[in-house]
Amino acid sequence: MINHDLVIVGGGPAGLAAAIGAYESGIKDILIIEREEHLGGILNQCIHNGFGLHTFKEELTGPEYASRYINKVLEYKIPYKLNTTVIDLNGDKVITALNESDGLLLIQAKAIVLACGCRERPRGAINIAGSRCSGIYSAGTAQKLVNIDGLKVGKEVVILGSGDIGLIMARRMTFEGAKVKAVVELMSYSSGLNRNIVQCLNDFDIPLYFSHTVIEIKGKDRLEKVKIAKVDEHLNPILDTAFEIECDTLLLSVGLLPENELARNYDVNLSKTTNGAIVNENMMTSKEGIFECGNVLHVHDLVDYVSEESYLAGKMAAKYLNGELNLKSKVLTVNPTNGIRYTVPQLINIDDNYSPIQFKMRVSNVFKNVEIRLLVDDEVIFKKYKQIVTPGEMETLNIKEDLVKKIKQGSKIEITLFRRS
Amino acid sequence: MNYDIIIIGAGIVGCSIARELSSYNGSVVVLEKENDVSVGTTKANSGIAHAGFDAKVGTLKAKFNVLGNKMMPSLSNDLDFPFKQNGAIVLGFEEESLEILKDLLNRGIVSGVERLKIISKDEILKLEPNVNPNVKYGLLAPTSGIVSPYEMAIAYVENASSNGVRFDFNSEVIRIERDKNEYVVTTASNKTYVGKVIINCAGVYSDKIHSLASNKKSPFTVISRKGEYCLLDKMYGDMASHTLFQTPSKLGKGVLVTPTTHGNLLVGPNAQDEVDNANVDTTIEGLKEIWDKASLTMPNLPKRGVITQFAGLRSHLKESDDFIIGFDNELIGFYDVAGIESPGLTAAPAIAKHVSKEVATYLNLGINLHFNPIRKAIPQISALPNEVREKLIKENPLYGHIICRCEVVSEGEIVEAIHRVPGAKDLDGIKRRTRAGMGRCQMGFCTPKIMEILARELHEDIDEITKNGHHSYMVEKR
Ligand SMILES: Cc1cc2nc3c(=O)[nH]c(=O)nc-3n(C[C@H](O)[C@H](O)[C@H](O)COP(=O)(O)OP(=O)(O)OC[C@H]3O[C@@H](n4cnc5c(N)ncnc54)[C@H](O)[C@@H]3O)c2cc1C
Ligand SMILES: Cc1cc2nc3c(=O)[nH]c(=O)nc-3n(C[C@H](O)[C@H](O)[C@H](O)COP(=O)(O)OP(=O)(O)OC[C@H]3O[C@@H](n4cnc5c(N)ncnc54)[C@H](O)[C@@H]3O)c2cc1C
Repeated sequence: MINHDLVIVGGGPAGLAAAIGAYESGIKDILIIEREEHLGGILNQCIHNGFGLHTFKEELTGPEYASRYINKVLEYKIPYKLNTTVIDLNGDKVITALNESDGLLLIQAKAIVLACGCRERPRGAINIAGSRCSGIYSAGTAQKLVNIDGLKVGKEVVILGSGDIGLIMARRMTFEGAKVKAVVELMSYSSGLNRNIVQCLNDFDIPLYFSHTVIEIKGKDRLEKVKIAKVDEHLNPILDTAFEIECDTLLLSVGLLPENELARNYDVNLSKTTNGAIVNENMMTSKEGIFECGNVLHVHDLVDYVSEESYLAGKMAAKYLNGELNLKSKVLTVNPTNGIRYTVPQLINIDDNYSPIQFKMRVSNVFKNVEIRLLVDDEVIFKKYKQIVTPGEMETLNIKEDLVKKIKQGSKIEITLFRRS
Repeated sequence: MNYDIIIIGAGIVGCSIARELSSYNGSVVVLEKENDVSVGTTKANSGIAHAGFDAKVGTLKAKFNVLGNKMMPSLSNDLDFPFKQNGAIVLGFEEESLEILKDLLNRGIVSGVERLKIISKDEILKLEPNVNPNVKYGLLAPTSGIVSPYEMAIAYVENASSNGVRFDFNSEVIRIERDKNEYVVTTASNKTYVGKVIINCAGVYSDKIHSLASNKKSPFTVISRKGEYCLLDKMYGDMASHTLFQTPSKLGKGVLVTPTTHGNLLVGPNAQDEVDNANVDTTIEGLKEIWDKASLTMPNLPKRGVITQFAGLRSHLKESDDFIIGFDNELIGFYDVAGIESPGLTAAPAIAKHVSKEVATYLNLGINLHFNPIRKAIPQISALPNEVREKLIKENPLYGHIICRCEVVSEGEIVEAIHRVPGAKDLDGIKRRTRAGMGRCQMGFCTPKIMEILARELHEDIDEITKNGHHSYMVEKR
């Protein structure tokens, strides 16, 4: 058994920022564990630019963005292990990990940050009938094959899902010489960033079908065609609107699944909405000393927010290790209502050290002309006007210290959408 | 090449017969048209080691089912494949169900099924708290079990192979001729095999194989009947501990809800007559049907928990409701094992013992004194205690490199699956042997890595790697 003050599971943007946050708050005995050959997480395969606008005010590629954080980790000489997979978490923060050189590693940690990122939802999860031929990839898998392995996945492509990964892959496949015949989206709006719709589809005349879905897959060995139909207001396919598109490749960008196996086995309370842990404003989960941040906590659209959130998680883990977190304070639940699907954090602690709180949230539908309001005991203490909110873009509310003070023991806290008429 | 016995088809029937024949002195080859074993019906079924109360008394189905079920515990031990005697309950939701359940109980007793018992609503809900509380009666069958069908076939094949049986893949039989006292079998790639006995284990194609040999219409006709399934995430595997059937009624046989040997939850099948023997596509209507029916058993089945769907084809005979097992009356040395629909998987071990004995007697084969009945599965890093993990990685560091995140499968396991004989040659073959890609993300994450490992170990170019043989290429030619 080896001992470390802080172990960070995952060396993507979340894990890196958490390590930096903890280090800059005085914790030196840190270990980052990453199962891939490189630090940087999913960013390593995102060779397009558009990263870091928020943090660095410049447009970086994924690997460039990641390298800023990796360089910091190297500069601080924070230890990390690559090609090492954490397979279990048990006892009192005992980590089991495997790699080729050490074999089995048992690590006793004093605090743990889970920064494991997420996986893509597979075809099965969206119940598409038909053949189980080859040529069906999740968009991220195709991205890896194309960008990292330099392979061509297909010639004629249909993409299901207009989230950012789907949109970016539409452009990428076009650059690779493939014909992207359609992007198909179940909802009546895209969950991707607007700039991606313009830059990845419109610029290449790729048709985008809203309120449509793929209902059937046909092909003997390799995909031959897909059947597409319009959906009604309950999202059920209207079968007599069906038409077929011939293609050899179907990319699925139909959502991400936070990778919470470790947390689940450790009985960390998870949210049914985000599939990530339920955390308080310190990013601490229901298990003392276990923190969570990044895409494993909830799916982010901008990596800048991942870094910001994870830096905070690292800092709070340091505070915890230094005995500076009040663990006995009263916990209040933040209630998302009226069009707010969830908030992170879901819980807040009330003690005497008030500090600003950032709430991140997603809405459940497209709404125009709304205020996002924070209510404490039915009184509006903060509001933010938005011309439009969509489920695809995460919203934030930054609540300053003096307003946080209005939250008292036993207060009722609500974050809600108010529609201006 | 000359053989004593040519087996056509490497499903559970062909594989189990091959292994039992390897306990005799005789040369055996198995010809399979696909790239791997167990890719026909044997990979897509409910995986239940049925207790044996369902089949009509006195049929081959009933006889071999009960015998096969009894063999399962020791067989799974010898061959090291996943099997668990989890018991089954047939659920009755109507007052009238009780009579039908009593009939099944009596049938079972006559056929030799042990420990059957009618149980009450309260007993059912105590055993299975997620069952629909409108349930009225149940038939409990403690000897029923669950098995991983493709792993069972793979286990059989590895053992047969180590005992001298040859397996040739991508070998579709297209011609069978009689030359003197032997059969000459030709495959689509124009290879010929000469054998004294042919055992027809071609599943839904067994009528075609029979007529290839006889040059006339087969005395039996296979109607392939499709059954579709949904498989749920392991998160929901403990929603049922027994296999839960529905009492057959005017509306049909109902569908089952069962845990699998790997802890997932399986729901299905429906029954659709299918004209195309190669069509195992799932259908929109079929998936809806099984889901609706399964909701009767368990109203709270989580639709979001589904990770994949699949379908398999029952080889139902038009002329009879029973298995056909035996030498043909007209074709000398031609042995049919046809119409092996459910409970064929359960019955296969007993059928194989029976068939191999008959064929060995016919050919006058002696006992193989070197026969070794034991086969060991590939070690699973995820399931081993820490000391064993440590030792294993020390011996072979590849066991320390995790490739599949969902099911925690190491590179060592994948490499071993490729080098077993017969080994995995495509992504689906890796999946069935190691579970890499069978989890929550369905190979989304590990596809590129497994492609690389396959190419490296098989000395192939990465653009030659397929999902399941033939032209199921993963990437474009470079
Ligand atoms: C196609 C695509 C396009 C994108 N485009 C943009 C964009 O234009 N702009 C933008 O700002 N953002 C974009 N993003 C989002 C951004 O990349 C992610 O938000 C960010 O990478 C999430 O960081 P993370 O650290 O939480 O997760 P990840 O990057 O997934 O990192 C998690 C790391 O943890 C490791 N890990 C997990 N479990 C274990 C374990 N048990 N043991 C050891 N290691 C483990 C994983 O290997 C991985 O390296 C895009 C993402 C994708 C996929
Ligand atoms: C929906 C469903 C549910 C079932 N549930 C259960 C259950 O719970 N319990 C149970 O005991 N049984 C069950 N069964 C039955 C069981 O699955 C079958 O009895 C068993 O798998 C049949 O095995 P097989 O070897 O005969 O057929 P297959 O596995 O289909 O094997 C036949 C093989 O022959 C090959 N072949 C065909 N033609 C040629 C040719 N010309 N040349 C070379 N090779 C050829 C095929 O490629 C194939 O691999 C179920 C079946 C279905 C369809």
